Amino acid sequence: MIRDITLGQYYQADSVVHRLDPRTKLLGTLVYLISLFVFTKAWVFVAAATFLLICIFLSKVPFSYMLKGLKPILFILLFTLVLNMLFTKGTVLVSWWKFSITEEGLKQAGYMGTRLILLILGSNLMTLTTTPTRLTNAMEHVMKPLKVIHVPVHEIAMMMSIALRFIPILLEETDRIMKAQLARGADFESGNIIKKAKSFIPVLVPLFISAFRRANDLAMAMEARCYHGGNGRTQYRPLKYKGRDFAAYILLLIYLAAVIVIGKFLNL
Amino acid sequence: MNEYKLIADHLIYEYNKGTAQARKALDDVSFVLRSGEFVGLIGHTGSGKSTLVQHLVALLKPDSGTIYYEGADIFEKDYNRKALRGKVGLVFQYPEYQLFEETVLSEVSYGPKNMGMDKKEAELAAYAAIKRVGLEDECFDQSPFDLSGGQKRRVAIASVLAMKPEILILDEPTAGLDPAGRTELLDMIKELKDKEGITIVLVSHSMDDVAEAADRIIVMDKGKIIYDDEPRAVFTHIEELEAMGLGAPEMSYVLHELKAAGLPVDVNAITLKEAKEEILRALA
Ligand SMILES: Nc1ncnc2c1ncn2[C@@H]1O[C@H](COP(=O)(O)OP(=O)(O)O)[C@@H](O)[C@H]1O
Ligand SMILES: [Mg+2]
Repeated sequence: MIRDITLGQYYQADSVVHRLDPRTKLLGTLVYLISLFVFTKAWVFVAAATFLLICIFLSKVPFSYMLKGLKPILFILLFTLVLNMLFTKGTVLVSWWKFSITEEGLKQAGYMGTRLILLILGSNLMTLTTTPTRLTNAMEHVMKPLKVIHVPVHEIAMMMSIALRFIPILLEETDRIMKAQLARGADFESGNIIKKAKSFIPVLVPLFISAFRRANDLAMAMEARCYHGGNGRTQYRPLKYKGRDFAAYILLLIYLAAVIVIGKFLNL
Repeated sequence: MNEYKLIADHLIYEYNKGTAQARKALDDVSFVLRSGEFVGLIGHTGSGKSTLVQHLVALLKPDSGTIYYEGADIFEKDYNRKALRGKVGLVFQYPEYQLFEETVLSEVSYGPKNMGMDKKEAELAAYAAIKRVGLEDECFDQSPFDLSGGQKRRVAIASVLAMKPEILILDEPTAGLDPAGRTELLDMIKELKDKEGITIVLVSHSMDDVAEAADRIIVMDKGKIIYDDEPRAVFTHIEELEAMGLGAPEMSYVLHELKAAGLPVDVNAITLKEAKEEILRALA
């Protein structure tokens, strides 16, 4: 049921991508996502897809599992495709009634679709291969310079890591409560939209109560262990760059160079 | 055929199928439930008990194998699974976390209403169920969230009972209760069987919970059914049970110790009453 959502969940495997420093993956993903939006050229997307495929291959996350992560955005994807296809002006290819498909529209839709798919797959690859703890740890490191202007970097990172930590727990809880109410004859599928929305009240109320209870317990447990914010806090396993991280950065630079060359100078 | 209320036929089920975290939770499980019996389903934590009982009400679908309720395959495409959940009632573990209504009465009426009863019928069924689980009249209009832990659990059990199930499955109903609350609850469950003829499946990881009341005990380990027999026969395998992290009821151990100390007692007594008589007889 609801547990099928792979977005943001860690996939356990022993691969070089899993072992990379989280900062490498965070910056790499960021650069990759930006690279998708700088140029709108078919060959750039080919390069981007190839780069991603190599990373997926190295990560040992099954490709079918990656594709499952696209399920939640399927609707948005189709919507974007149709909108782009129908409402871009240009040379008309086919037309019927008030709608017409143009060559430019088709192209635009193809670009947008590819962009979206690569965007989701790319960011999913990061969250699938990095535990939330390591990810927020990396964020804290990367954002450290902002401390100078009094941004509460540690607190933000702590909040994020707690939030991420609780996503799978809340999903599990939702699944459990839904099942419990189904056992009491609940019906989440039939009826119109208002009836459907109403049928979720018996799930949402216990879910909120449990979330608040958990938050309360956690705050208590943290205080009992003398948590008092980031000042003077050291780390059990400080982040450290290794040889493979430099290799990864070099690969990233090569990719970036390729994209820029293809996008800016080649006329394919 | 008529005698078998429910048949589980070679169930196999795996969580997270096709991923690195895949694990078999049910491994070729088959058993039957007869009308009016009291079955104890025992197993160590993680042995697959909860997974199994969720299959019995079609909340999980087996990868292979199937379940027949009164001769009909419950995973058939057109089978009315919602109606099934009224006839086979499942009380989840820690059911107090599923409460959501403003008053106890409306909480307990939720199930019967879902089963298609009108408001009045549903409230009558709820009323009877709340009385049945031993809650006082003044609870009816209270918020379920203001009740004590043990009372909340009774409300949750009543909310399933109100659908008038023929089979009632309770997943670890005694977890987290104090000893007195535990005994009271177990007595109430036994009464449901004795007085109303409801077939009971009591899931637990403790032999003491089921030793007295169960007609039959099913022991699970690592997703498989290891024993399916009457209590006395199951308890003869005490070493194997201990290897599974289960053991026999406390009484068995007391009698074994007494025997080792030289008192001529019969070690097969399993309930407190039997043990008492056995010890008195040996002392006389
Ligand atoms: N929702 C789930 N997702 C993945 N694995 C699960 C889930 N629920 C249970 N399991 C696993 O299945 C096995 C059986 O669990 P369960 O049926 O809950 O056992 P029990 O109720 O006997 O403690 C355990 O190993 C558990 O980790
Ligand atoms: Mg369980």
